[in-house]
Amino acid sequence: MPVLTCDHVSIRYKVGDFQNIGLKETIMRKIKGTYRVEEFWADRDITFSLERGDMLGIIGANGAGKSTLLKAVAGIMSPSGGKVEHEGNISALLELASGFDPDLSIRRNAYLRGAMLGYTRKFMDEKYDEIIDFAELRAFEERSFKQLSTGMQSRLAFSIASLVQPDILILDEVLSVGDGAFAEKSAAKMREILYSGATTILVSHSLDQVRELCNKVLWLHQGRQIDFGETNPICDRYQAFLHGEIKL
Amino acid sequence: MLQTLKKHRFLLEELVRRDFDRKYKGSFFGAAWSVLNPLMTLLIMRVVFGHFFGSTIEHYTTYLFCGTVVFSFFSESSAEGLMALMGNAHIFSKVNVPKYLFLLSKNTQTLINFAITLCVFFLFCAIDGIVFTWKFLALVYPIIMLLVFNLGVGFLLSAMYVFFRDMQYLWAIVTQLLLYVSAVFYSIDTFPVHVQNAFLLNPIYLFIRYFRKVVIDSAIPSFGVHVLMAVDTLVVLLLGIWIYRKYDTEFLYYI
Repeated sequence: MPVLTCDHVSIRYKVGDFQNIGLKETIMRKIKGTYRVEEFWADRDITFSLERGDMLGIIGANGAGKSTLLKAVAGIMSPSGGKVEHEGNISALLELASGFDPDLSIRRNAYLRGAMLGYTRKFMDEKYDEIIDFAELRAFEERSFKQLSTGMQSRLAFSIASLVQPDILILDEVLSVGDGAFAEKSAAKMREILYSGATTILVSHSLDQVRELCNKVLWLHQGRQIDFGETNPICDRYQAFLHGEIKL
Repeated sequence: MLQTLKKHRFLLEELVRRDFDRKYKGSFFGAAWSVLNPLMTLLIMRVVFGHFFGSTIEHYTTYLFCGTVVFSFFSESSAEGLMALMGNAHIFSKVNVPKYLFLLSKNTQTLINFAITLCVFFLFCAIDGIVFTWKFLALVYPIIMLLVFNLGVGFLLSAMYVFFRDMQYLWAIVTQLLLYVSAVFYSIDTFPVHVQNAFLLNPIYLFIRYFRKVVIDSAIPSFGVHVLMAVDTLVVLLLGIWIYRKYDTEFLYYI
């Protein structure tokens, strides 16, 4: 029984005139008939499914549609075609500082972010110490978020998102931040989450990381699905593609 | 919607706290501004317009205060509401949260301000020699309606602001216009009847009038006024909910 299925998912972005042109220009262009909205397919016909305990690595060059696909899985965007189905709660870390307020203290930010991930206050009260300790930010608790270094911010974000045993965890290039010691610690945490039966999706440009952590790989290229399946064969092909040995 | 609201109560509480901290961060008087502001408006208007209308309108301070208390609740809610989506775009483009929570948070804050101002208002009424009767309980009706009306306006404005950044400036002008056509500081009694009736089309005037009727005349407005108010409120709210539902997944493209 798959925990997450993407069934022929296509996502269309709208780009063009409508952005930032204001009311007057919109009306003028509509009257003149020069108002244009272009469509741009960030993802086309993506199909895969994940079982409990799977760890999927999504690979592909910039602009492959990786982040957009994650947005659809996380429910931030709705697919223009196909459908995404999932079971259990999703904890998504799409961008490091998303949902954090730069001016609030670490404590308040932890609660705010926790609330956004759908946790209850009681749960946060229980887990708060654990989160701070894991992120090693005990000494900075009352500092404002913007005073933290980028590495510290990512540690906090990762701690909140991961310490709560989500059913599905989505990480978009957030593991690569943080210093060596924490990177190791977070990788260990990832494995722990994995063994607990969670399903994880990881976007990474580090093939080594993908090979090490993931048991399945989805390769996207310019919005199209090149391959989905076992990690090593796909990573080998991807590496060959990166070196120019294969053309798509 | 109510079910998800229950589920997201924690988030709403945290958002309210965040908005509150943000708003008063770094200001010396802090939250006291929410009382000082309407009082200052009242004082200025009392001084400026008292000379013209003070002698012909009975209980002019209370009359004026009825206007400003309602109007400031509306203008603050709508101005704050306008920013509800754009001000949180960095959140809803990265995290899956119900977007109406941002508006509810803003409106919770303005509601608290309104409640505090209302206490001061009643204090002023007492000083102005207003007799408190059981009819004051009727004020619950326009207050609830105004709250819902503000929410509806907030839904509409915040959505439109995502599409057209001109809304911010347009709305500032509309608010100013509304201040002048809502009889906040003057009386419409000397106007021809058809003009007086035209005023009833302005929902803000309707709220203000309701307040004055109860507080100054110690009377409860007619059934028709209640219906009209409910219709205004429902239309705005339904339009607001409709636009949020229709464009829920579209907002993302415009930010």
